[in-house]
Amino acid sequence: MSLVSKWKETMFCLQAGRVTLPYPHQPAVAPAGFRGRPLFDIAKCIGCAGCANNCPAREILVQDVCQEVRVIQYLGRRCTYCGRCADVCPEKAITMSPDFESATNDIGDMQQHLELFMGTCQRCGRCFTAPTPLEELMMKGYRADDVKHERWVYRSLPYLEQEPTVRDIEVELD
Amino acid sequence: MLTRLCQTLCQKMFTRSLWVYHANSGGCNGCDIEVLNVLTPYYDVERFGIKLVGSPRHADVMLCQGPAMRATAKALRRAYDAMPHPKLVFAIGSCAGGGGLWYDTYSVLGPVEKAVPVNFYIPGCPPRPEAILYGIAVAVGLVDKKVSPVTLKQTAFPIPRYHPEDLRTEGDMVVYQKLDQV
Repeated sequence: MSLVSKWKETMFCLQAGRVTLPYPHQPAVAPAGFRGRPLFDIAKCIGCAGCANNCPAREILVQDVCQEVRVIQYLGRRCTYCGRCADVCPEKAITMSPDFESATNDIGDMQQHLELFMGTCQRCGRCFTAPTPLEELMMKGYRADDVKHERWVYRSLPYLEQEPTVRDIEVELD
Repeated sequence: MLTRLCQTLCQKMFTRSLWVYHANSGGCNGCDIEVLNVLTPYYDVERFGIKLVGSPRHADVMLCQGPAMRATAKALRRAYDAMPHPKLVFAIGSCAGGGGLWYDTYSVLGPVEKAVPVNFYIPGCPPRPEAILYGIAVAVGLVDKKVSPVTLKQTAFPIPRYHPEDLRTEGDMVVYQKLDQV
């Protein structure tokens, strides 16, 4: 009985043939609906920062350099590819690419840096602005995240914290 | 240069087989399942000589999943120290690479870089098994990495500017001369 079952198992294994995916030598395609890294289209982006406000990982930073230039930086290091930025984008400037081959030795390779011109008021020719820098920070829609240190600025501070987000806590490892 | 150093190190030291140790320091188990998926006959990472071992003392590579937590960072560091030289660390998933969604909460210290030096990152939440295979192929030197930082700049102002000095008085009306452009 056991011999017959062994024979059956052997025949079954021989019939199955080779199942292994020849992946790194031949390209593989992700299935439809797969969300890879988001790609930003500078021609369509209007700089509304809706993606930054909706990102659950809070990794899209917005810095208003001056009245007319806004910097949007996508870090990519803690992106969960949820696609909420692409959903919320009113101009459909963000597309979730089907590209999954993003392994790298430097996580900074995942960054995307956008520098946008912001429109001005069509009546007076000036940008909407507040009288003091502190009030500018508090104005809804005006943001000054710390792009250099990859850090959100949640509330107005008279200074920027200097340490980067990574390595800002000293851990006693030994 | 560091890339080349890593690649030469991999090609010199790890030509035969990589034995991997699978360290989860507080992840959600999603990346663990994908890593175990890579070891199944369908993806079959053993054809590259990669084998899962149970002890860091037998391992060449540590696969880190999950962020460095306040409670587990020390244990992760001890496991890293227990590995014999030369050693590589792979950060698999967005938690290990960047801290994940909860990167700034109390119990999360951040990415595993805070506890151990990371050589290769495989982003994804969780990364596809193909993505993990691709990361291994990048580390071994079979393929080159595809991603690079992107900088996009608008060079021209998208709409023409409004200049109040272009206003002209025509009769009893004030007309903007470049109205067709605006």
